[in-house]
Amino acid sequence: MSGVSEAEVLDALSGVRDPELDEPVTSLGFVSSIERRGEEVSVRLRLPTYFCSPNFAYIMAEDAKRALLSLPRVERAEVTLEEFHVAEEINRGVSRDEGFDRAMATFSDETTGEDLGAVRRTFRKKAFIRRQEILCRALLSRGSSPRELARMRLADAPPCRELEVYLERREELGFDLSPSSPLLLSAEGRPIPEGAVVEHLRRARLTRVSLEGNGALCRDLLEARYGRKEKSSA
Amino acid sequence: MYEKGGEKYFIVDGHIHFWDGSPENWRNVHGQQFIECFHDYHKALSPEEYKWPIEEFYKYSEERILHDLFEAGYVDKAIFQPTYLTDFYKEGFNTTEQDGVLAEKYPDKFIVNGSFDPRDGEAGLVELERLAERYNLKGVKLYTAEWKGRSKGWSLKDDWAKRYLEKCRELGIVNIHVHKGPTIRPLNRDAFDVADVDDVASEFTDLNFIVEHVGLPRLEDFCWIGTQEPNVYGGLAVAIPFIHTRPRYFAQIIGELLYWLGEDRITFASDYAIWQPKWLVEQFVDFQIPEDMQGEYGTLTPEIKKKILGLNLAGLYDIEVPEELRLKGAHAGTGPVGSDSEPVAP
Repeated sequence: MSGVSEAEVLDALSGVRDPELDEPVTSLGFVSSIERRGEEVSVRLRLPTYFCSPNFAYIMAEDAKRALLSLPRVERAEVTLEEFHVAEEINRGVSRDEGFDRAMATFSDETTGEDLGAVRRTFRKKAFIRRQEILCRALLSRGSSPRELARMRLADAPPCRELEVYLERREELGFDLSPSSPLLLSAEGRPIPEGAVVEHLRRARLTRVSLEGNGALCRDLLEARYGRKEKSSA
Repeated sequence: MYEKGGEKYFIVDGHIHFWDGSPENWRNVHGQQFIECFHDYHKALSPEEYKWPIEEFYKYSEERILHDLFEAGYVDKAIFQPTYLTDFYKEGFNTTEQDGVLAEKYPDKFIVNGSFDPRDGEAGLVELERLAERYNLKGVKLYTAEWKGRSKGWSLKDDWAKRYLEKCRELGIVNIHVHKGPTIRPLNRDAFDVADVDDVASEFTDLNFIVEHVGLPRLEDFCWIGTQEPNVYGGLAVAIPFIHTRPRYFAQIIGELLYWLGEDRITFASDYAIWQPKWLVEQFVDFQIPEDMQGEYGTLTPEIKKKILGLNLAGLYDIEVPEELRLKGAHAGTGPVGSDSEPVAP
């Protein structure tokens, strides 16, 4: 029986994003090694600094494990964080599926007992706003005015890659995807009144600049920490 | 002072260190990892000719800091921002006392800030009084991600933090530098969230809150609170070195800051010894928003650059600026300002 291929593993991992950066762990260079033994897959992740936030690290490790287990022919998946200040806690917690708060108990009891649901949602909103801004920039460069954008329905948007990604992020938040729903939505899923659209786009631009600046810094730091080897670039 | 193109710039470096990250001072592996992490930032964003090997970066001499800031670096006044990290370093990484040695020796060159940790309770309040008296403090540097045994951080919203801010007010400490880090309480929320700065800035309107690293990695949240709280400022440490490696990103960051906060509330900082003021000042003075982005972000004038490089901090710290280096027809330094000319509130 043939096992899962490395390409399949990388493809599954490309659906795992750094929530702060809204980019796949594969293109960020966070996957340092992949091992396949029959129905078992082991993946090692590395991060730009030893002191990155434990909560985002946990999210990536947990999501990576889920992505691996979603593959046919994978029965067991192990995800290991390398050289990280709470690697032991996170690796154990993810391996036992015990959730963030319990996993961190030996490190600190300063959690609210609600795990990472709120932080996940906060960053899905930021990613959604970023992708909306990228789509709007594309539409504006093709000649639409901000006010026209405010009046557009999803069905009015021309098919393009920016729209596809925007709809993916929009779906993750459970917002309306029907063709007659407004193209622009606030981070809370509310329509943007025409008079507020310029301001909305300015704030959206700020969110995009922030996320993309962080992504650039993280890439630079990862390179400084580990050199140029790009083991995982798909 | 830096002079170029017929313009003279008064330079205040708002964030420098005189640290000891040497192996002898490591309390545990975190001490080693922390200085190595700083060194990665240094390597990642510095021009080749300014990179130090890690052995030199662990700890540096008095001669070297004096040279890099004041002989080579054009700095007129530099402000020490202590970072204690006593859970990582036996004698602390960069305490008020360590920095204070140089500040007391060269009072015309350095200003030393103090620090507090609200988890120190009553004893910490007494210590803050002592530091304020000894060093004539006008500012403190706070690091909310500081570890303290099982506690991995604190929030400005904590009741005790507010007691400390009241003490600052009483002691004449008006500049509160806030630095966010990757761990915080509660641990399952966003550690870099600056909402607590918003909270205290609106409660302590007579204090200035200088958010270090312009809130990075939460530039968006920081700018947003900056539009609402006129006593919130941004320090450019970590953001300004982008000018070399990724100038188009830097253009966007500075463009956003100018739009949301305005030119009176952005302050220069090298984060020495992570980066050196010489190349930062030179490149910033030479910098312009790329032409294709000027429609969105406008341009940087010499006046804006003068404010950012020194005059804004000179205002916050009452630093005397020589007549010829002030802005013509305007007061040098600004102090807290009102809303920007262009209204941006929702």
